Amino acid sequence: MSGKRKRMTEVAMEGLVRASGIATIAFVVLILALLLREGLPVFRCTTPAKFLFGRDWLPLSDVFGILPLILASLLVTLGAVLISIPLGAAVAVYIAEVAPPRMKEILKPAVETLAAIPSVVIGFIGLLVIAPLVRSVFGLPTGLTAFTGSLMLAFMALPTVVSIAEDAVTAVPTEYRAASLALGATKWQTIKLVVVPAARSGIFAGAMLGVGRVIGETMTVLMVTGNAAVIPHSIFQPVRTMTATIAAEMGETVQGSPHYFALFAIGLVLFAITFAINLLADVAIHRSPSGGR
Amino acid sequence: MSKSLKPQVRERIAFGLLTASAGMVIVPTVLVIGLLVARGISALTPEFLFAFPTNGMRSGGIFPAIMGTLYLVLGTIIFSVPLGVLAAIYLSEYAKPNALTRLIRLSIVNLAGVPSIVYGLFGFGVFVLLLRFGASLLSGSLTLALLVLPVIIVAAEEALRSVPQTFREASLALGATKWQTVRRVVLPNALSGIITGMVIAIGRAAGETAPILFTVAAFFLPHLPRSVFDQAMALPYHLYIMSTQVPNAPPRIQWGTALTLLIIVLGMNLIAAVIRGRFRRRRVW
Repeated sequence: MSGKRKRMTEVAMEGLVRASGIATIAFVVLILALLLREGLPVFRCTTPAKFLFGRDWLPLSDVFGILPLILASLLVTLGAVLISIPLGAAVAVYIAEVAPPRMKEILKPAVETLAAIPSVVIGFIGLLVIAPLVRSVFGLPTGLTAFTGSLMLAFMALPTVVSIAEDAVTAVPTEYRAASLALGATKWQTIKLVVVPAARSGIFAGAMLGVGRVIGETMTVLMVTGNAAVIPHSIFQPVRTMTATIAAEMGETVQGSPHYFALFAIGLVLFAITFAINLLADVAIHRSPSGGR
Repeated sequence: MSKSLKPQVRERIAFGLLTASAGMVIVPTVLVIGLLVARGISALTPEFLFAFPTNGMRSGGIFPAIMGTLYLVLGTIIFSVPLGVLAAIYLSEYAKPNALTRLIRLSIVNLAGVPSIVYGLFGFGVFVLLLRFGASLLSGSLTLALLVLPVIIVAAEEALRSVPQTFREASLALGATKWQTVRRVVLPNALSGIITGMVIAIGRAAGETAPILFTVAAFFLPHLPRSVFDQAMALPYHLYIMSTQVPNAPPRIQWGTALTLLIIVLGMNLIAAVIRGRFRRRRVW
């Protein structure tokens, strides 16, 4: 290869890899641009306030208030998070600080396996096994409720919470523990008063990413939460989340109809929420001792 | 816990609770998988795996759904792996610690966090409608490729970074250019890590439902897709419709479909773990 051609290859390949890197930014921008292009036209037939805070979702009558859907998403997410964050943090601390090596060897693959189970399979189990159980245990007219969704989603968020929080706990310098133990603290006092506070940014990041995972989950909530687009008054009631609404109704809409635009606008709201959550988590990770690596 | 408890007693109680929390992860995971195997295994006959659905999907097999998922996964890998590996090479070998690099990393984090149904909307809006690919294998593969891109980039970058700096220095000292070093020294040494990431991405793509709802998935097709512009059946979508849209669907087919999907997805993760383990043992540095 002549020197000139060699140099051209160098320049071309560097350009190609840089373009591939920059493409990731372009994809985020493109997703946002598409959601804006197909979502904003809904405001030809409603106002942002009516859209976000309207209490009725009646797409057949062109009434698009997504408050019931937002509340449903929040309710399901809150329920899931109340279970998965404490449990996930506890499991992370257990793996990093307490578990005997053999237990670790079982626990880590178990968490990875749980993370890998497709959401439609979790939804299937929820529909056939957990929902009837919820119905009979709580004496409800139907087992397809926000609570059932929270229960299933809690376990889907667990692996995210566990793996990020575990990284953070492991990254706490050994000297911290040694200093605490040397002062006569028990191992538990050390964990509670030294290790966990030192890892709090990372644990927070894990919790945030868990929330992001839950709020964006689609198939499981579509299958187990009962699909009733009304403002929920209790967690033991059927609800319809934002994600489930898009999944259930997109197939029936006509391109360019108000309903079509409204579903993209819901996508925009979802995108904005998960974007903010991921940003928060990212800032927290870079503040933790592990520095995100 | 009252204040009079000794620290040692408190520790015992706390560790007991932590152990119990670990049990709350292991037990449900084992139960879910055990249940799927127990109920689904009897359905997995050759006829079920290699026959088309018949009688309004209430009998017969799931062959076209399995094949559709294989086609989709293949398309996803073709689109996502080259782009993802190139982006990883940029981040690992070329990028300087500046604002652009920070922005790329932030984008990758955000792509990983975008809900799968939003990918479905994007794929529907861009590939199906705007580019007029229609609901097709092409649209579905492109949508899934975007979804798994962060997985591939993160895995590939980690693999590239694990190649010791001295390898690069030795190559450069012999007069090789930067790209020659990347292609002949860094990439070959990072290959198993990159393949591990690819296999995990395959598992992810095979199990996703929301992104394929409006971009490719067909309720029922009497034949296999004939071109990339054809719709296809897919395992996760098949499980969804068999459990919600088909009244009186036989449980045998439902559980069999769920178990088949689970075997493919967990199988991919197992393969990834094996490659990773072998690579670690064989590594010379």
